[in-house]
Amino acid sequence: MTLQTEVQNEASSKLSVQHVSKTFRSRARVVHALDDVSLDVGEGEFVCLVGPSGCGKSTLLNIIAGLDLADGGRVLTDGAPVAAPGRDRMMMFQESALFPWLDVLSNVLFGLKLKPGLDAGERRKVAEFYLKLVGLEKFHRAFVHELSGGMKQRVALARALAPNPRALLMDEPFAALDALTREQLYGDLQRIWQERKKTIVFVTHNVREACCLGDRVVLFSPHPGRIREEFKIDLPRPRDINSVDLARYSTRITAALKNYARPESGAELVEVAE
Amino acid sequence: MRRTLKALVFFAGLLLAWEAVCLARIWSPVLVPSPVSVGRYLWEAANDGTLGSATVVTLRRLVLGYCFGLAIGLPLGLLTARFKVVGDTLGLLALGLQTLPSVCWVPLALLWFGQTEAAMFFVVVMGTIWSVIIATENGVKNVPPIYARAARTMGSSGLHTWLRVLLPAALPFIVGGMKQGWAFAWRSLMAAEIYVTILSGFGLGHLLHYGRELNAMEQVIGIMLVLLLIGLIADKVLFSPWERFLHRRWGTAK
Repeated sequence: MTLQTEVQNEASSKLSVQHVSKTFRSRARVVHALDDVSLDVGEGEFVCLVGPSGCGKSTLLNIIAGLDLADGGRVLTDGAPVAAPGRDRMMMFQESALFPWLDVLSNVLFGLKLKPGLDAGERRKVAEFYLKLVGLEKFHRAFVHELSGGMKQRVALARALAPNPRALLMDEPFAALDALTREQLYGDLQRIWQERKKTIVFVTHNVREACCLGDRVVLFSPHPGRIREEFKIDLPRPRDINSVDLARYSTRITAALKNYARPESGAELVEVAE
Repeated sequence: MRRTLKALVFFAGLLLAWEAVCLARIWSPVLVPSPVSVGRYLWEAANDGTLGSATVVTLRRLVLGYCFGLAIGLPLGLLTARFKVVGDTLGLLALGLQTLPSVCWVPLALLWFGQTEAAMFFVVVMGTIWSVIIATENGVKNVPPIYARAARTMGSSGLHTWLRVLLPAALPFIVGGMKQGWAFAWRSLMAAEIYVTILSGFGLGHLLHYGRELNAMEQVIGIMLVLLLIGLIADKVLFSPWERFLHRRWGTAK
C-alpha cells in the first residue's frame, strides 16, 4: 500500500440518528439527557450541535461514537447500526486526551498501529503526512507537555484524522483555547475539512463558532434534551468568524437559543455530565 | 560538575568534623571510633573478602526477592484495579498488610522456613509485594478516563488498552510504589539478617550484628556506611532513570 492510496479520501459517511433516547440514573436523580432525537447528517456535511449545557449534545456525540449506548432508538452509519466505537468515526475531545508518555509522532501513530494492513514505514509516512497537514511537521519528537493548548488540539486532530475515518466527531474541541488560537483553528479546520472531505459533527455552546464552521446548525434545548430548530448557514467558505454576515446568523440563533433555554415552569435545572 | 564538587566538600567537611571530635577525646574511642579506624576496618574487610562476599549475599537476597515481588505485585495490582471483586478482597488485604511493618514477617518466616534462604526470600517478597499492589491499583484508578475513551475510539480494547494505555498512564504511581517496595524490602532484609543467623550465607546484617557482639564499633559504623552507600547507589541506578523519564515525558519537574 502506498502513501497515496492510504491517505486517499475515503467516501465520507452518512449518519442517521433515529429516535434516540438516553436517561442517566443516579441515586439522587434521573436525568433525561436525550428524548426521541432524530437527525440526519449527509455525506461530507459539517453539522454543528448547539445548546446550553445539559441539553444532551455531548451525550448524542458519544452515542454516535459508540462510546455510550442509547436506551432507545439507533444510530446508523451508512445504513449499518452503531454498537461500538469504530475507526470510521474518530472523536476529538475538549481536552486533547493525548498520551503524555508518548511523543507527538507516537501519539499520531497510536491509532495507526491498530489499523491493519500497514507496515511500520507506511504508518510513519501517514503520520508525518497528517502532522504536516496540521502544521506541526517540526514537532515530531516533542512531548505533550511542551505544546501549547492550540498545538495539542492540532496533534489531537492529526491523531483523529490519521486512521482516515469517514466521520469526525468533535466535542467542544476549541472551548479551552484562547480566542486568537481558536480563530486560527477555525481557518485550519475549514481548510482540512474541504481537503479531506469528512463528515463532521461538531458540538459547541458557542453560537458564533457554530455559524462559522457548520453547513447546518442544530439547536438543542435541555431537560429533556431535544432538537428544537435547525438553521442552514448559506455563507461562502472559508468563513471569517468576525464577518458581519455571520453575525446576522448568530444573532438569530442566539435569540432562538435563549428562548428555548428558558426553563419551563417547574422544570428542575440539572446539569448533565457531558 | 559544580554539584558534585559541593557534595564532595560537604562530605569531606563531615569527615573532618568527625575526626576532630575523636581527636578532642570527648568520648571513649571504643564508642566513637575515628574515621581512620573505620576506614582501616573497611580496607581490611574488603581485602580479606568478608565485605565483598557479605555484600553479594545480601544483594542477591534483595534482588531475587524484590524482582519476584514485582513480578507478582504488578499483575495483581492490575487485577485489583480491574475487577471490583479482587479490589474488595485482595485489595483490602494488601492495604492491611502494607501497613504491617515488614520486619513483622520475620518470626513467621523463621517458623515456617527455618534458618534458610527461603525465610529471607519470603521476608523480602512480603516487604515488596503489598506496596507494589497498592501503588499499581492506585495508579490505574487515577488514570483520567478520557485516555481510555480516546483509545477506544482508535480501536484499542481489552488487553491492548491495559498494556498500552492504563499501564503507562499509571507509571508515575507505579514507580513510586516500586520505590517504596524497595525501601520496605531493604529494611526488612536488614532486620532479618541482624536478627537471625543463616548458615547458607553471611550478609551485611550479620557483620553488623557481630560488630555489636564483639564490641567492634568501627565495624558497626563501617557496615552502616556500606549499607547507606548501597541504598544511595540503588536509588541513583534503579530509580533515578525512571524518574527522569517520567519528569521528561509528563513535564512534572525540571
